[in-house]
Amino acid sequence: MAHFELDARRMFCPMPVIRTQDKIKELSAGDTLDVICTDPGALHDIPAWCRINGHIVLQTKELNDEVIVKVEVCIDA
Amino acid sequence: MSKAKAVSLISGGLDSLLATKVTMDQGVHVEGINFFTGFCVEGHTHAIRKKDKARPKRNNALWVAETLGIKLHIIDIVEEYKDVLLNPKHGYGANMNPCLDCKIFMVHKAQQWIEENNFDFIITGEVIGQRPMSQRKETMPVISRESGADDRLLRPLCAQNLPATLAEREGWVKRDELYGFSGRNRKPQMALAKEFGFTDYASPAGGCCFLTDENYSSKLVDLWKGRGVREYEMDDIMLLKVGRHIRPNPNFKLIIGREDGENKFLQGYKNSYTSIKMISCSGPLTLIDGVTNDADLELAARITARFSQGKNEETVTVETKRTNGETKTMDVKPLPVSEMQQEWYV
Repeated sequence: MAHFELDARRMFCPMPVIRTQDKIKELSAGDTLDVICTDPGALHDIPAWCRINGHIVLQTKELNDEVIVKVEVCIDA
Repeated sequence: MSKAKAVSLISGGLDSLLATKVTMDQGVHVEGINFFTGFCVEGHTHAIRKKDKARPKRNNALWVAETLGIKLHIIDIVEEYKDVLLNPKHGYGANMNPCLDCKIFMVHKAQQWIEENNFDFIITGEVIGQRPMSQRKETMPVISRESGADDRLLRPLCAQNLPATLAEREGWVKRDELYGFSGRNRKPQMALAKEFGFTDYASPAGGCCFLTDENYSSKLVDLWKGRGVREYEMDDIMLLKVGRHIRPNPNFKLIIGREDGENKFLQGYKNSYTSIKMISCSGPLTLIDGVTNDADLELAARITARFSQGKNEETVTVETKRTNGETKTMDVKPLPVSEMQQEWYV
């Protein structure tokens, strides 16, 4: 299990979702990924994408003008 | 026997929602696919404009997938889509929308996807007569043929008006449980949505592509004319969605932020474009697309000042910064409204 970060700043939805989807394809079950975005829409869209694709959102937070979504990659997703 | 598997083109609108649901209800395993061209209307401007920040944001394709409980694969086709937009074999619609070529391209991509992922067929929410360019009786076989999907393409909402496809012949779906919708009337779809209990779907008549928008298309054509070449990058697409676009001379145009959110967004491009910001009063940030001499820059500064808090002052102070880092401060007289020519507005 390893932790990764994805810089999706200055991208607008759905690009942060696409980058998250593509990154997760490279990861293994149990890995965690912090996606850092500036589009507040990511707060809604990345968790929605995770729910329908079977990954777990561990945390979402807004810090200054950034949004961070922490995802745990799940098996069979 | 294992379930048949289909991929459904999910735009986020009502038709693809219904087409997918109808197919799922026949026991088919369905996953969604959504293509991002760069021109999709999915909240970019809401994300940029400060006044829209409070509006609820929702990616409709994700909402459809979640409502149906299916996976959704979102595919970035920005680069490949350029050829569709720049060289549409079947031409454009009322604006710069190459709808027929776009549909053919997306079904073709879906066909590639089902081959790579061992799926059996493709679903779209097309309805004969629904759209004047791409959804006509004559275009349905063109899309099937030119996409390479042929009879692996099923349109559940109007299937009864079309020849049987592979999915029907193989018994993966029952033809008599599909539909025979046609025409622009949305009532049958709305009734079916009600039957399924769908209430919060995206506006049935809502377009999902900026290229169908007259103003956006005008800006795109102006961009190409101004540069003398029909090309674009992702940043160009984004900047066409933001600000006032004013072209006082053929060789350059101004992109003027209309509010704080847009100014902040434009700031991100300050190193790639010559920029103008107000010093002596509050006002917009302006980017200049094109090559400018000093006289051009002064005119651009005067136009920018026209949209600042100092528009009625004798002179205001602005700072200009070129992409090579050269920064100048100058006092300029805001351009009077009487000198702003209507044809400058793109």
